Amino acid sequence: MAVKLLAYSDIASPVHRLNGVTKLLCFIIGSVTGMVIYDTRCLLALLAVSLTAFYLSKVPFKQYSFVLYLILIFSLLNQLAIFLFAPEQGTLIYGTRHELLHIAGHYSLTAEQLFYQFNVMLKYAVVVPLALLFLLTTDPSEFASSLNRIGVSYKIAYAISLTMRYIPDVQQEFVNISTAAQARGIDLSRKEKPGRRLKNAVSILFPLVLSTLERIEKVSAALELRGFGRGRRRTWYKTRPLTTTDAAVLTAAVLLSAAAFTVTFWDGSRFYNIFV
Amino acid sequence: MRKPVIEFERFTFQYRAQSEPTLHEIDLSIYEGEKVLIVGPSGSGKSTLAHCINGLAPHFYPGERSGGLKIMGEPADGWNIAELSDRIGTVMQDPDGQFVGLTVAEDIAFKLENDGVAHAEMVRRVEEAAAEVDFLDFLNASPQELSGGQKQKTTLAGGLVGGAPILLFDEPLASLDPHAGRSTVELIDRLHRESKRTIVIIEHRLEEMLHCPVDRVIVIDDGRIAADLPPEQLLCSDLLRAKGIREPLHLTALRYAGCEVTPEMRPRSVETIELEPGAGRLRSWYEANAAAPETAVREPLLELNGITFGYDPARPVLRDVSLSVGRGEILCIAGRNGAGKSTISRLICGFHKPIEGSIRLEGRDLLDDSIRERAQRIGFVMQNPNHMLSKPLLYDEAALGLLNRGVPAEEIRERVHETLRVCGLYPFRGWPVSALSYGQKKRATIASILVLRPDILILDEPTAGQDFRHYNEMMRFLLELNRGGMTLILITHDMHLMLEYGQRAIVLSEGRRIADAAPARILGDAALVEEAHLSETSLHLLARRAGISPEDEFVARFIRSEKELTS
Amino acid sequence: MRSSKGFSVRTIVAIGIGAALFIVLARFGSIPTGIANTNLQTNYAILALFALLYGPWAGLLIGLIGHTLADLISYGAPWFSWVIASGIAGLLYGLFNRGARIEEGQFGIKEIIRFNIGQIIANAVSWFVAAPVLDILIYAEPGDKVFTQGLVAGGLNILVVAVLGTLLAAAYAKTRTKRGSLTREA
Repeated sequence: MAVKLLAYSDIASPVHRLNGVTKLLCFIIGSVTGMVIYDTRCLLALLAVSLTAFYLSKVPFKQYSFVLYLILIFSLLNQLAIFLFAPEQGTLIYGTRHELLHIAGHYSLTAEQLFYQFNVMLKYAVVVPLALLFLLTTDPSEFASSLNRIGVSYKIAYAISLTMRYIPDVQQEFVNISTAAQARGIDLSRKEKPGRRLKNAVSILFPLVLSTLERIEKVSAALELRGFGRGRRRTWYKTRPLTTTDAAVLTAAVLLSAAAFTVTFWDGSRFYNIFV
Repeated sequence: MRKPVIEFERFTFQYRAQSEPTLHEIDLSIYEGEKVLIVGPSGSGKSTLAHCINGLAPHFYPGERSGGLKIMGEPADGWNIAELSDRIGTVMQDPDGQFVGLTVAEDIAFKLENDGVAHAEMVRRVEEAAAEVDFLDFLNASPQELSGGQKQKTTLAGGLVGGAPILLFDEPLASLDPHAGRSTVELIDRLHRESKRTIVIIEHRLEEMLHCPVDRVIVIDDGRIAADLPPEQLLCSDLLRAKGIREPLHLTALRYAGCEVTPEMRPRSVETIELEPGAGRLRSWYEANAAAPETAVREPLLELNGITFGYDPARPVLRDVSLSVGRGEILCIAGRNGAGKSTISRLICGFHKPIEGSIRLEGRDLLDDSIRERAQRIGFVMQNPNHMLSKPLLYDEAALGLLNRGVPAEEIRERVHETLRVCGLYPFRGWPVSALSYGQKKRATIASILVLRPDILILDEPTAGQDFRHYNEMMRFLLELNRGGMTLILITHDMHLMLEYGQRAIVLSEGRRIADAAPARILGDAALVEEAHLSETSLHLLARRAGISPEDEFVARFIRSEKELTS
Repeated sequence: MRSSKGFSVRTIVAIGIGAALFIVLARFGSIPTGIANTNLQTNYAILALFALLYGPWAGLLIGLIGHTLADLISYGAPWFSWVIASGIAGLLYGLFNRGARIEEGQFGIKEIIRFNIGQIIANAVSWFVAAPVLDILIYAEPGDKVFTQGLVAGGLNILVVAVLGTLLAAAYAKTRTKRGSLTREA
């Protein structure tokens, strides 16, 4: 089973050199801004910024190409679904209707719908590079300490670190258990009838659950034995001081986001209307 | 006057879920700077003793304790696990469970992080601890890139880093290959000599542990202390055999030859023992025992020819490997972790397809057979029974494979009952699998495969993690199956298992087959042993020291008379 | 053992490793239904089981962490409305089963009914209400589309938890049977 996970790699770039905290905050600020605003001008500006950052990170294309294809397929399907379910959503939002092409029944292509769906796509396009960038350029070890630094309880931050530590192990176990099950005639693929597949899934999940519970016992004993949870705070081995560059980047991100919000909501609506 | 650092006084411990105490009235003192080995069969309470020392019992595994326990002169009741961890560093048997960091450095630092140590000091202390176990070059490695022995070095450094004056090892050899096990024993010894730390080791593999000196050996049996002696004296008593702990093989050999072993002979290790009176007797014993018969030529059942395979074709895991298994044979496949042992079994079972080469069963190419079709003929038993047991009840577990093949209900019943009888599990057929012991679970997984009536059984480390008694039970059961006509392939790095039960062994190294010979011969070849991450057995060394040649013939004769004596 | 503040160490580990299991199953453990692009997500059965075993807060965090990381790994960006819905589902699975004593081997008809009523409400709240409403609020997606998607996802999750979740919980309870209650048969 080929495993294609997005993985951090150590490249010398200005983005890699930024502190994990900075990248985490930029990702959060960028995502929230991208999610809330629907103003085309702001979205385009944000997209330009996030693509520039991506370019600066020098992450080779093949490291994320697979995920990029998945994203494209996913967003295409989403676009199609929006059109099928709500072909007049654009008209509803922008209040005008410029029909470009009648398709069939109550399906017509309007300029408003096109523009609305273009904006939906833009929103996704703004967030994806930021998320990929955060994932590909942040040392996973810095992830937990960064979360703790921005106020998340260290126990929860550490839980996330444990998740990343044990994904490969749990995955290996899943593969082992399901191949052994397959030898005994337990199959989850399309070769079996759906009802049977569900029943067969229990035969694979049950040993997986039991061994996961066993693992939880072992790991918690190990954490206890090394004093985890004894204090109200803890320190982190993988942590770096914030530099002036970090401060500058963070300030820029906050200012940019504030500007985007101001421009968007200046007229009291999150949408930018080109039709009036 | 020596200062006691761990003092048990009429100490009793009972787990909350159990009706009987696991430890009864333990009286035991361990002194500063001592190196103490605690041995005992599974279920004897030796792990519970470790848990009481480091506080897991009763803080993590709830239970009642009575009597006294003092750590560093103060009552242990007043401390929680974290506080105890400042005094006692624990290294557990499962390095995977204990390796909680994303990299080596973070894992070593874990205790310091929890103690809130400042960053600069933390970096310095992590480097010191890593240097102490000689592991500085791997600070940035992730656990997935490391071998079992390397992971253990990491957890060892993680135990050292807190500066605790006592180090507690709970079965440190359990998941290591012989070579890594030997290095661990030597490393622990070095740590003991170079620092003033007190060292307590819980382990049932006595011979391996005694490769380096210890001050005292404590034998735990049935929750009580059965012996507390210096190793030399313990080895000369009958206690070990009576308590089901395997004595070092060189002593068994001397016993067969009729030599009396006394503490003055320094019998701790085959390297230290005085052989002056014994060597002559060993030689005459050797001559009195007939040569082992040549093994019969067998008709090949399974043949692998020129197998090459890799998950990434550019970096093959197996390169041009050929081997054949005769009908009714017991073949061992050995090699260090990552040598391709388990990949071979996965290829045979059809989980992967080879890039080149063929796999034939009774002359027929298996290339187009699915996993399921092959499973009809070739059974695969995984190392961890919990990975295979998918039904809550034993009967259902054994019936599962037949049910999935649409066998009629009446026939299923018959075959399941027959198989459970063969496996000695018939009285438990209505039990939940979880109520079975580890050894019984293991047999349950074998039963679930045997019902399909395969021609070959492949077992991955069939005796891993089991004590001497359970090891014997499991192997006697497999031998029984073999006598009934079952062909067995055992994937293992347990040298005793290879020696005692393997009729032939294949050694893999870096994806190539480097040997195909009788196990006694392989284990006598220093270069092979080194490459396959095994280690020389004490029997070979004993033969060499007694001037017996060829060494492997001595070993073969020893194994043969041992089988005659125990069966 | 409760530690100084809030979660016990065991709960923290259960959250971390439970989320890892949730993610692995999100990627490899979905069962095709036979209808294009609709899969049975077995990981929600696991979420329900872990919420039952380790409580509502563990459920909430496994849902949030698991879904966020699973999205990040496979799509590059988390779809926050559904992430939050997964968290709510985990929280509610746990809340409705507070005080269940599955650890002691108790999971009979009464517990099964309670578990299932709880999970149906939890899934309904999360997928019929929370996910689509958040989709509209956050992403301004069309109502018809998101409610249909929520209906399908919620319905499938109810089915998965009802079958897989119940079977797994019952099987787990059986492993907790007391040793004393067993006798050998001749």
